[in-house]
Amino acid sequence: MRTSKFRHMSLGDQLFTFLIYLFLCIILVIIAYPLLYVISASFSDPQAVISGEVLLFPVRPTLRGYEAVFKNRKILSGFGNSIFYLVVGTVINLVMTMLCAYPLSRKEFTARGKISLFFVFTMYFSGGMVPSYILINKLGMLNTRWAMLIPMAMSTYNMIICRTYMVNSIPDELYEASQMDGCTPFKYLLHVVTPLCKPILAVLTLYYGVSRWNDYFTAMLYLYDEQLQPLTIVMREILIMGKVDMTQVTDASAVSKLQGMSELLKYSTIVVACVPVMALYPMIQKHLVKGVMIGAVKG
Amino acid sequence: MANNKKNLPAGKKNKVKNYNWQFWLIIAVPVIYAFIFAYIPMGGIIIAFKDYSIRKGILGSDWVGLKYFIQFLTSTNSVLVIKNTLILGVYTLIVNFPIPILLAIAINEVGNRFFKKTVQMVTYAPYFISVVVLVGMMMQMMDLRSGIINVLLTKIGLNPVNFFGDPGLFRSLYVWSGVWQTAGYSSIIYVAALSGVSPELQEAAIVDGASRVKRILHVDIPAILPTIIIMLIFRCADIVSIGMDKIYLMQNSMNASVSEVISTFVYKVGVVNANFGFSTAAGLFQSVVSFALLVLVNQICKKITETSLW
Repeated sequence: MRTSKFRHMSLGDQLFTFLIYLFLCIILVIIAYPLLYVISASFSDPQAVISGEVLLFPVRPTLRGYEAVFKNRKILSGFGNSIFYLVVGTVINLVMTMLCAYPLSRKEFTARGKISLFFVFTMYFSGGMVPSYILINKLGMLNTRWAMLIPMAMSTYNMIICRTYMVNSIPDELYEASQMDGCTPFKYLLHVVTPLCKPILAVLTLYYGVSRWNDYFTAMLYLYDEQLQPLTIVMREILIMGKVDMTQVTDASAVSKLQGMSELLKYSTIVVACVPVMALYPMIQKHLVKGVMIGAVKG
Repeated sequence: MANNKKNLPAGKKNKVKNYNWQFWLIIAVPVIYAFIFAYIPMGGIIIAFKDYSIRKGILGSDWVGLKYFIQFLTSTNSVLVIKNTLILGVYTLIVNFPIPILLAIAINEVGNRFFKKTVQMVTYAPYFISVVVLVGMMMQMMDLRSGIINVLLTKIGLNPVNFFGDPGLFRSLYVWSGVWQTAGYSSIIYVAALSGVSPELQEAAIVDGASRVKRILHVDIPAILPTIIIMLIFRCADIVSIGMDKIYLMQNSMNASVSEVISTFVYKVGVVNANFGFSTAAGLFQSVVSFALLVLVNQICKKITETSLW
C-alpha cells in the first residue's frame, strides 16, 4: 500500500523507506545465513567443509553425514528418547493445564481467588536448584524417566494464558444453559470447554512442545544413564565437548578424513535435531502472534 | 453463586446446584502437584541456614544461621561471580531490550506484504532452536581452524580470532548470540501493539504534514509505551537471574574468569560438589535480589509513567 505511494512521498520519506528496507535486508541476511550455512555444510563433502570451500551452497553434495548420523547408536537412542519425552510430556502438560485453568476460570468456584494466588506465587518465587534436586532424589525419581516428565508437569504462565482465554472467549451463558440441562462441571469441561479451547491448545502445544524438545538442563541434572538421555544431551557431548565416536565410521583411513567426517557429522546432527521443530514451524507461526497476545492481556 | 441464583426465574432456582466439590476434584491434581514440586522445595530453602547432612535429614540438621550467606558475600570467588552476573545482566538488558523494538518499528513500516511476512518468518525461527544447537553452531562456525568465520577472515588477510578462547570476547558472544536468537520473537509483542495504533491518528498526522520519522516518534512510540514499560520491568528483574542453560554450555577453562555467574556457581557448588547449604544460600540470594528488583523497578515505573504490573 505504502510502496504504491512511493513517488508521492517527500525526499526525506523516500530515503527513510529505503533505509528501513536496507536495515531489514541486513537483518535477514544475518539471521538466515548461519541457518543456510549449517544445512549446506551438512550435505557437503567433508574435505570441503574443513577447508572452508563451503560458503553458501553445498560443495560436492553427499549424504555421508546423514549416513553417519543414522549409524550412530547414541544419536538414534537420544532421538527416540526425545520423541518419547516430547509426546508424553506435552500430553501431561496439556491435561494438567486444562484441569487447573478450568476451575480457575469459573466464578462459581468459590475458592478461585485463593487458589489462583497459590499458583501465581510459584511464578515469582521458587525453591531453587538444590532443594528441587534433593526432593527428586527423595522421591526416588533420580535417573528415571519420571524425572523428565513429572517435575515440569505444568507451567503456571501457560496455565494463566489458558485461563484468560477461557474467561474471555467462552460465553458465561453457555455454562448456565448447560447447567439447566443437568450438565455437571466435569461433563462441561469434557464436552464444551475442551472443544472450544482448540485454538489455545494449539498455542500451548507449541510452547510446551518446544520447551520439552529443547530442554537439556533437566536431563543433565537428573539423568545419568545413557539409555535415558534425550538428544540434547547427546548433542552436547558431540558438539560442545567434542566427543565423537568415530569407531562407527567405516571408511576412515586418514586422520584428516576422520576430522572432516566428524565435522560433517556435527552439522548433520544439528540439522536432524532441528527437523521436528522446523517441520512444525510453518503451522506454528500462524498461532504465534495469537499466543503472545493472549499472554500479554494478563500483563 | 448467590448472585447467579437471584437473576434466574423462581422455577429454575433449585436446578442450579452447588458444584463446588466437583471443581475441587478437578483442580486437586494440579494443586497437589504444585504443593509437592513448588512449595516443598520452597520449604527446603531452610537448608541455606543449616549444616545439611543427608544422614540427619533437612529437619534434623543443625542450624548455622547466616554462616553461608556471610561466606557467600565475603569470599573473593563469590564477589567475582556476582560481578560477572551483574555485568552480563546489564549488557544483555542494554542490547537485548531496544533491538526488538527497533525491529518491530521497521517491520511495521514495511508496505510490501510478502517482504514483511518473509522478514517475520525468518526472524522468529531462531527462537525455536535449542541452546545446545545454538552454542554448537557457534562453536562450529567460529572454530579457530575450520570455522567459516575464521576462514573468511584469513581470506581477506586478517588474523584468525580464537572466539571461544578469548575471555574478552565471551560477553559479546553471549549477548549478541542472544540477540540473534530472540530479537525476532521478542518483537512480536511490539508488532502486535503497533498494529493496534489507530489509523485516524496516523491520518491526522499525515494531514498535518508529519514526516514518517516524526510519525514514528510522536504517534507510534507513545502508543506502544505501556507495552515497552511492562517489558522493561520484566527485563530489569532478569539482570541478576541469568539462566544457566546457555552460559554453562559456553563455559570453558579459558573464559571461566568472566563466564562464571551465580546460577552456574550454584550448580557446581551444590549439585556437583554436594555443598547443599552454601549453594542454596547463593541461589536464595539471587532470587531475593531478583524479586526486590522487580518490585523496585515496578514502583519507579509507577511513579514516573503510571504504568505498572500491579
